[in-house]
Amino acid sequence: MSEEPLFDPSLKKRKKKQVAFSEDPLGADADPTTPAPAVIDDTTLNGDAVDMGPKTAHEQMKANVEGGEEVPEAGEKAEEDDLKAMFGDLKKKKKKKKDIPLDLEADGSGTSTPVAGAAEDLDFSDMKKKKKKKAATLEAFEKELNDSKATAKEADDEDVPDGLPEEIDEAELGEDPFAAGAGGAAVSMDAGTEPWLKSDRDYTYPELLQRFYYQLHAANPALLNSAGKRYTIAPPQLAREGNKKTIFANVSDICRRMHRQPEHVIQYMFAEMGTTGSVDGSGRLVIKGRFQQKQVEHVLRRYIVEYVTCKTCKSPDTLLTKENRIFFISCESCGSRRSVNAIKTGFQAQVGKRSRNKTG
Amino acid sequence: MNVQNLNAFDPFADEGDVLGQDNDVGSQQNYIHIRIQQRNGRKVLTTLQGLPKEYDAKKILKAFKKEFACNGTLVDDEEAGQVIQLQGDQRQKISNFLVEEGIPKATIKIHGF
Repeated sequence: MSEEPLFDPSLKKRKKKQVAFSEDPLGADADPTTPAPAVIDDTTLNGDAVDMGPKTAHEQMKANVEGGEEVPEAGEKAEEDDLKAMFGDLKKKKKKKKDIPLDLEADGSGTSTPVAGAAEDLDFSDMKKKKKKKAATLEAFEKELNDSKATAKEADDEDVPDGLPEEIDEAELGEDPFAAGAGGAAVSMDAGTEPWLKSDRDYTYPELLQRFYYQLHAANPALLNSAGKRYTIAPPQLAREGNKKTIFANVSDICRRMHRQPEHVIQYMFAEMGTTGSVDGSGRLVIKGRFQQKQVEHVLRRYIVEYVTCKTCKSPDTLLTKENRIFFISCESCGSRRSVNAIKTGFQAQVGKRSRNKTG
Repeated sequence: MNVQNLNAFDPFADEGDVLGQDNDVGSQQNYIHIRIQQRNGRKVLTTLQGLPKEYDAKKILKAFKKEFACNGTLVDDEEAGQVIQLQGDQRQKISNFLVEEGIPKATIKIHGF
């Protein structure tokens, strides 16, 4: 309790990051902690309200660019957020997790075929409808809009900057803003109700993204539920022994859940916390110094980021092996293998009486 | 007699020890480490290790002391070289300071609890 004010800044900062992160449509979609069906729709709605809100092409472009910028940032934050979710039973606040892409890859072998099949079917029907519609509209509008074709073309180019030119039709000019609005308002998209079916315009990236997520969750509803409880770690149980020592009771349990040697974890913790300690007879860790639960948890979280989760696929299902004094992490789910930093204590300042230190 | 100038770098030398003596693969050599250490009570020390050579540690320490309103010393360590030691938890402030001075944030590692 005495050190509480010391660690507030970092915590506040992380919260801020999270807020920024929730703006990201992908992240909002990929939130697995919320119950499945209702929230998919909500988030997709929100995500599209953000993305498809802009009516003009310029705004759309800008939104797209911003979205593009946000995504890598989300990737960087992903592991931290991921870990936040690991201590799910500790934190009651809403967690953002980037598990969906991961799980998609992981589940890809099992469930990819139905999804792909459905997607192909739908695409086919879409194409058909689109062609019919296009023919009709072409006939209808050809005479009327022939004179205004040039201006319409210009406007079209502005409307859909990244669209394929041959797909752009004059009819789209009037319908595009409406269609975009409808896309934003469409809460649950059934197959075949995609907004671009009603017009001849091209589908935009956010629309396709929404469609992808909708179909992904429709095809495997277990995706959201399984991700939440996949990797949780019990919160560290700390007790004070005397005045200057802290007992970390469930260290062996946590190590077992992380599939790591307790020695390695303990070594890391001591190096990070700049202290020493020992393991007592009943497997508990005695740390010199006063530490709070959230401090130890923070250290553990960083341990997990650095030595447990696979950097490639974010899976915690990894093995740590030592070869020629170098530690390697090999991922069980994606097969990647990389070396990790050796734990180094670094500089330790002289604390306490020098005379005591010299003697031992 | 030897010419100091010429044996500075031999491009054809055997590069057997690229990583240096104590650096393993994935070493933390070129990171700036900011650590925290508990003292008695609620007192802590912040140590800054691995400052690049082109910065004058003494001047940086002076700036730190003025900016953060704390005391501090420069400690020479055999392994770590010159280490700046500051009183109190100055980790976030040091990090912000260094980033504002143009040191890339990716090279700064904040340790501690």
